[in-house]
Amino acid sequence: MLEVQSLECIRDDRQLFSALSFTVAEGEVLQIEGANGCGKTSLLRIICGLRLAEAGRVLWRNALIQANREDYYANMVYIGHLPCIKAELTVAENVRSLLDTRSLTVTEDILQDALLKVGLGSYDDVAGKALSSGQRRRILLAFVQLSQAKLWILDEPLTALDTQGVALMESMIIAHRDAGGSVIFTTHHGMLLDGKMHSVQLGRQIKAL
Amino acid sequence: MWNWIQRFSSPKHFYSMSVPLIKWLSISALLIGLYGLYLGLFVAPTDYQQGESYRIIFIHVPAAWMSLFVYMVMAISSGIGIIWQIRLADMVAAASAPIGASFAFLALVTGSLWGKPMWGAYWVWDARLTSELILLFLYLGYMALQSAIDDQRSADKASGLLAIVGVVNIPIIHYSVEWWNTLHQGATVTKFDTPSMHIDMLIPLLLMALAFKLFYATIVLMRTRNEALYRDRNRRWVRELVEKL
Amino acid sequence: MLKAFYHLLVRDLRLAMRNRHELINPLIFFVLVVSLFPLAITPTPDALQAMAPGVIWVSALLAVLLSLDRIFKLDYEDGSLDQLMLSPNPLMILVLAKVFAHWLLTGLPLVIIAPLLGMFMSLPAEAITVLIYSLLLGTPVLSLVGAIGVSLTVAVNRGGVLLSLIILPLYIPILIFGANAVDVAMHGSSVKGQLLFLGAMLALSLSLAPLATAVALRITAAR
Repeated sequence: MLEVQSLECIRDDRQLFSALSFTVAEGEVLQIEGANGCGKTSLLRIICGLRLAEAGRVLWRNALIQANREDYYANMVYIGHLPCIKAELTVAENVRSLLDTRSLTVTEDILQDALLKVGLGSYDDVAGKALSSGQRRRILLAFVQLSQAKLWILDEPLTALDTQGVALMESMIIAHRDAGGSVIFTTHHGMLLDGKMHSVQLGRQIKAL
Repeated sequence: MWNWIQRFSSPKHFYSMSVPLIKWLSISALLIGLYGLYLGLFVAPTDYQQGESYRIIFIHVPAAWMSLFVYMVMAISSGIGIIWQIRLADMVAAASAPIGASFAFLALVTGSLWGKPMWGAYWVWDARLTSELILLFLYLGYMALQSAIDDQRSADKASGLLAIVGVVNIPIIHYSVEWWNTLHQGATVTKFDTPSMHIDMLIPLLLMALAFKLFYATIVLMRTRNEALYRDRNRRWVRELVEKL
Repeated sequence: MLKAFYHLLVRDLRLAMRNRHELINPLIFFVLVVSLFPLAITPTPDALQAMAPGVIWVSALLAVLLSLDRIFKLDYEDGSLDQLMLSPNPLMILVLAKVFAHWLLTGLPLVIIAPLLGMFMSLPAEAITVLIYSLLLGTPVLSLVGAIGVSLTVAVNRGGVLLSLIILPLYIPILIFGANAVDVAMHGSSVKGQLLFLGAMLALSLSLAPLATAVALRITAAR
């Protein structure tokens, strides 16, 4: 489904990785591993098409993502380090405006269900500024859940989540995988899932140019 | 073909290849410039209206031409850098900006020096000088943006896009300023009418223009070499170069 | 696609409405700056009239400039901009929605308050009408071109002065024709040419600026 071909990434005159290739098929989970500063976020942003690689390409359904943005972006969702939450909007409005960027609308019931599932059931009309950082991350979980995306790209999805939240994230990923979806994620916390996942190790080939 | 361009445009290759080029360009710039100056200052006839003071056009006009030309070079090489990801093109654009700004500045200074005997003041809001001033601002904006962004690659791309936007705007700015000028001041004294210009004035002018172009080519190559060294200071080819010294 | 435009527009307007105090600031700035000029000179109607087109237009320019940040800054800081760029809809359309929201929130109020300032500056009625037309055609261009500048500088810390440095030279044609239209109207001549030029600039920037802004946003996101 997603194919990464011989990517090279250079930052501050250091080659973080080169000739990096892997594929992510339907129903596969891939963890990007590596220490701080080894290019995990850069790799995810390259896969998203937000950053350009120095060399190599990323294919979605055998087409370059840059040439196929519409289809690719309709089928993937990306969560980065930043919360994407507007302080002035309520929880429900925040989820809806995130979904709007994907041209998705959901009924009130579905939205309430999703919020309930991520533990924000009674918070739907609370303004974003009144939420803790963990609760903000949970809004993003609801967004991911409702995004109808086949490919989830999650950069440190466990940040600011409590044990319950971590368990929720794990179960979401497993459920998504079992339904035929794919996930690429990075994390510093141990997230073992149920063992059925692949991993790519970064940072072994960092070198000066 | 693509591989060839990639190899040819690598900073390392450029660094060694540009040495003889700089030598010949600088020598010809010097010779042509000296000859042009000689013709312009000593051979060209005295202007029947402006006396000797017109001779500053042999600096002023080529400088003004170059300030526009360099901006075009900057925009085109930025475009190449953005579209084909060629680092050398970005370096050429970045290296050109201060040179172009200097040309614009030189055109402004010589223009106002020339204006003193012509208009009786160093600065009147003449259309050409005003356009030149705005062009200088465009250069300064480009350089400010270039130096404000830490990440070199996005600094190049961002300021490159600004240069392209600037190129689209330059004709609009130029004609609006010209229109504004005729409206507010009536017809100003046109500085020189090319068709009626004496051939003995035209030849040194064109020679000086050529010398300025060669001078620019020399300086831009030298600056691009510096740029390549500086940007790649942590890369192997520069380190090897330093070790050899 | 139209839906995406509409939703983003509504979102930005709603966000602005929940921060109403910020909304009014550029407007106050506009009125304040214009009222400074009579205080700096001997305010005879003749002197005021002579400088009015320039003063009002420069102040409008600065008011728009100071509010440009609003187009992308917050979205950049909280990551929403990434989400916009990952939208299946064309980025240009989304840019257009954000710029339109910006114009509705800053440009349009300036146009509406302009007659008051015309009166401050002793402008005759015909000139005030033309002032409104010229601002109506000119301020959207300021927002459109300004969006390119913001998207290039949004990631720069303290990029405010830098933004003015790169954007103000590009505003010059609008200033020339906008102020001149008012000036000419004051003397009773036809301003058709000036207004047509402003209209042409609007059409040009409407077609090219969103494209440039979209490219600029991708450049900014790529760091």
